[in-house]
Amino acid sequence: MSVISHAVGTPLDRLDGPDKVKGAAVYAAEHPVDRPAYLYPLQATIAVGRVIALDTAAAGAEPDVLAVLTHRNAPRLASAHDAELAVLQSDEVAYRGQIIGGVIAETPETARHAAHLVRVTYAERAHDVALRPDRDDLYKPLNAAFFCRGGGELMDGSPADSAVGDVDAALAAAEVRLDATYTTPINHHNPMEPHTAVALWSDDELTVYCSTQGVTLSRDLLATVFGLDPRRVRVVCPHVGGAFGSKVYCHSYAVLAAMAAQIVHRPVKFALTRRQMFSLVGYRPATVQRIRLGADPGGRLTAIAHDVVVQTAKAKGYAEQVAVCTRCMYAAPHRRTTHRLAPLDLPVPTIMRAPGQAQGMFALESAMDEMAIACGLDPVEFRIRNEPGVDPETGRPFSSRHLVDCLRDGARRFGWDRRGPVSRARREGAWLVGTGVSASTHPSPRFAGNTTTIRAGPDGRHTVLIAAADLGTGTWTALTQIAADALGVTVDEVELRIGDTALPPASPAGGSAGIDSWGTSVVETAGRLRALIDSHHGGVVPPQGLEVTSDMPDNPDAAHYAMHSFGAQFAEVRVHADTGEVRVPRLLGVFDAGRVINPKTARSQLLGGMTMGLSMALHEQGVVDPRFGHVVNGDLAEYHIASHADVGSVEAYWVEAEDPHTNPMGSKGIGEVGIVGTAAAIANAVHHATGIRVRDLPITLDKLLRQPVVEE
Amino acid sequence: MEITLRVDGQERRLVVDTRTSLLDALRERLGITSPKKGCDHGQCGACTVLLGGRRALSCLALAVAYEDAEIVTAAGLAEGGDLHPMQRSFIDHDALQCGYCTPGQIVSAVGMLAEAEAGWPSAVSADPDADEVVLDDAEIAERMSGNLCRCGAYVNIRPAIAEVARR
Amino acid sequence: MKPFRYQRARDVRGAVDMLAQAPHGAFLAGGTNLVDLMRLGVATPDLLVDVRRLACDRIEELPDGTLRIGATVSNSELAADRRVRRRYPVLSQALLSGASGQLRNLATTGGNLLQRTRCVYFQDLTTPCNKREPGSGCPAREGYHRELAILGWSQACVATHPSDMAVALAALDAVVRTRGPDGERAVPLTELHRLPGDEPERDTVLRHGELITAVDLPPLPPAARSGYRKVRDRASYAFALVSVAAVVEPADGAVRDVRIALGGVAHKPWRASTAEQALRGAPATAERFRAAAEAELSAARPLAGNAFKIPLVCNTLVATLVGLADEPP
Repeated sequence: MSVISHAVGTPLDRLDGPDKVKGAAVYAAEHPVDRPAYLYPLQATIAVGRVIALDTAAAGAEPDVLAVLTHRNAPRLASAHDAELAVLQSDEVAYRGQIIGGVIAETPETARHAAHLVRVTYAERAHDVALRPDRDDLYKPLNAAFFCRGGGELMDGSPADSAVGDVDAALAAAEVRLDATYTTPINHHNPMEPHTAVALWSDDELTVYCSTQGVTLSRDLLATVFGLDPRRVRVVCPHVGGAFGSKVYCHSYAVLAAMAAQIVHRPVKFALTRRQMFSLVGYRPATVQRIRLGADPGGRLTAIAHDVVVQTAKAKGYAEQVAVCTRCMYAAPHRRTTHRLAPLDLPVPTIMRAPGQAQGMFALESAMDEMAIACGLDPVEFRIRNEPGVDPETGRPFSSRHLVDCLRDGARRFGWDRRGPVSRARREGAWLVGTGVSASTHPSPRFAGNTTTIRAGPDGRHTVLIAAADLGTGTWTALTQIAADALGVTVDEVELRIGDTALPPASPAGGSAGIDSWGTSVVETAGRLRALIDSHHGGVVPPQGLEVTSDMPDNPDAAHYAMHSFGAQFAEVRVHADTGEVRVPRLLGVFDAGRVINPKTARSQLLGGMTMGLSMALHEQGVVDPRFGHVVNGDLAEYHIASHADVGSVEAYWVEAEDPHTNPMGSKGIGEVGIVGTAAAIANAVHHATGIRVRDLPITLDKLLRQPVVEE
Repeated sequence: MEITLRVDGQERRLVVDTRTSLLDALRERLGITSPKKGCDHGQCGACTVLLGGRRALSCLALAVAYEDAEIVTAAGLAEGGDLHPMQRSFIDHDALQCGYCTPGQIVSAVGMLAEAEAGWPSAVSADPDADEVVLDDAEIAERMSGNLCRCGAYVNIRPAIAEVARR
Repeated sequence: MKPFRYQRARDVRGAVDMLAQAPHGAFLAGGTNLVDLMRLGVATPDLLVDVRRLACDRIEELPDGTLRIGATVSNSELAADRRVRRRYPVLSQALLSGASGQLRNLATTGGNLLQRTRCVYFQDLTTPCNKREPGSGCPAREGYHRELAILGWSQACVATHPSDMAVALAALDAVVRTRGPDGERAVPLTELHRLPGDEPERDTVLRHGELITAVDLPPLPPAARSGYRKVRDRASYAFALVSVAAVVEPADGAVRDVRIALGGVAHKPWRASTAEQALRGAPATAERFRAAAEAELSAARPLAGNAFKIPLVCNTLVATLVGLADEPP
């Protein structure tokens, strides 16, 4: 159905803004509960082995300690099927940092101190945490879809491999060839709000205030683990202090908190420390990616091969869709992508903003830059020349694809025509200056599992109920706007309620599918409500009000169209000639994200993605010490994320283009496409500035010092 | 031990452990959750409060050591129902997303403007001995770098601060 | 955090007396590093003697031109002090390049000097560390040591001292004044911090219960110019990979006198005396600066993961000296 737009498309101020600027918005740890006890976890200090002895006497004897939980006294879970959630069900240790117990006490200070008093003895086994493409135990993923809960080989449900034509023959015959290997390190989400669960039981009902991207999914996971009817579990989360994928899945800490509350018969608060987040809430897995491109003398690609080795955990399979982006980006008659997993004795990875796309497009778009140079073509022109008419692997049309418009408009806004083709040609004082470009893409799906209830009051007020989430993404505001238009009322007449499993179920905020899925559900329900008012109530809401609940319909177009957001990103980079320090004074992106619901919050999301992409390009790397098996730079002083001073001008624009097939709003996903390609644009600009090609993220100054930056 | 803290203009009696940070005293003992715990080690700025008018990190301050200080949180910046101009400007510029670093950013910005007003230089000041500080984008960025924002709202936060600085 | 007692000292003598009776006690000033390390379980004092309110919070000029900085003067007040900004810009710049506004407001002059290393293994109780637990081993030497030493390290420890301020003070020939159970003494800044040797657990020459009360800055010659350059992995709010503090007294295209200290390269602020010697009286040219830097670094022993610091220090030192030599008087 089509909806007349009044609220949608207006830059409404964030509705949750006033609460947030005062610090009055309530996050997981802040829900008032009666006499909370505090939990501090015990974590394994070996990478692989067994716990053979635990001395908890000293900890248990500390005043104000309520209980010490270990695998010996932990409640048996109803399901230990999900290895990450099977907390304290055996003495096995599968990674360093794994939860092996917890101390529950009257105060957080006591719990933490007492945890240090527990003595653990292990039987250690050899571990292996090295990601190498020549490992002999690489395997093709089988069933990793949606945390091993769906069908399909990769996490997003895609097949692990794809092939069209004869890549090897085409590469051998190509006049211009590129064969390069790119690597990306472990990245950690590091949302500002540490993961927290506050759990309480009353009779056999469990309530968890949990920082989560999806209360429904978290509830279902917890209900399964504890063997409860989902109706007896309530998860509440009106505000999320950042997530970026790390709070989609509910992780082991939430299970531990619920167990602890069971033991002490009181509400238990468990807020992870920043350091614990580096082993307990997932991370972006490291990759080794080999890209081979072949082109004809006119700069038309004849072959594309993208072969990926990506790490997973032995504890639980997780297979990221690193090369899937390559399947849809550029035309070439011969093409291949493969994914192989390296099983390591490390914590379980998870989705992180644009999972797979972020790493995959760094490699592909760096390679495209290298290939453009090899072909003697401008990198923007080279991309346009290889733009496909239809999805190159499936032959399906795109629901909408305006990448070329993004490239052209971005080039114009950025002043790309002032760029010289030669690298290391521009110097301002001590700084070498260069510019680079990259394309962006991210799938724009709709997730199933959404139901909305709308209550219309005779006063014209409407209450919209759906267990959606706002991670800072603007859901409170954008979904209210969608509802207002769908109901034909003003934003003031809509009261939205989200973030609580007491509301109708919703899919998690993830996969850039949040607003598109929840919005579709809201529009559907609003349409039924209006039809009902017209058909049975003469167009007037009855005095007692009216309530309609309905599920989100499937999208009949989903099987016939390739649905993706796109974008083009441009970066200006300065590299210090003496020190190799890299600065990014300017980033500019133009995106194709369908119809934009709220230009103000949408712009913020795109800017935020690009900023995180800058951070990925220059700063972020979880360093694993192979001897111990853990990330050793596990705090915000050592694991750098971009600070104010690292971020210069960032601009985000979009092409005004509604997508006719994705959903009734005509929108596409914007949460992730912003981070995709930023790192490549910066790496390409670094090459333009210095002549040095950095194929291994992050681009730290030592990589630019190794070769003299300037020939004297 | 029992101590008195003066928070947002109110005297509050509470019992703390010597180990209790000012941040935990506010959040866990007094239920004042405007200052946020992001790292608990002085590495993120989310817990920034004004201590005696100067911005400081409440996670590294022990509550027992600050009995005599005037403590202001973001909640206390809003007088009555009215938002502080910095809070209003943050909303206008959409200088927040998840909102978790936001109270710290705002308190830090208010403290930072007072420092600039006092003529304090920064690491990027062209003339460190200048009498007046000109708060251009680079100055604001440097002075605000102790407040991390993972959502990447920096490019909206700085214009929000600049607008208040101009008034 | 281990439970501890908290006492507030009324005066310097009282503070010293309190700690003298507590072999496992510590002074607490700004707390920005101590509380951090206590929370990690790295520092485990059973008594904190709060010295933040002691009357050591003034910056005063002595009759001989020495600037005396009280130990509890905050890093931000010191950086903003007009006398410091005019006469010792290297110190103001070093302070401002460290930490963040919020941290500088809490951190004190004395406390800044006594910061402990940022070596990740030192801060991680689950790994060995000779500095934290003597005899347990040093994983950093063959592990993650991007920020660690290239000069003066030992088999036992490759840590670096993280202070920026201390590097500037080393170049300024500052003197640290202390009071301990045995009375007062004055320690040249360059002798305050130690090289690790086989006692890496000892960062400084201070004895238990010895309290820093002030730091004295001797006057600089009127022609002297000074500056601080810090290179790090983030544009702000990050510890140094390397830093250079330099005081140059130019004269007719030559170097009359020069004092150089390097940060991020050793267990202590590294006074580059070899380079200084090579430059005194030499022409103020980039070539001579480079030769001096290379001479200084000929003693460097980089680790596998921080060899980049050698060209980085070299280039940064040359650029800093060129900048100071070229600076209009």
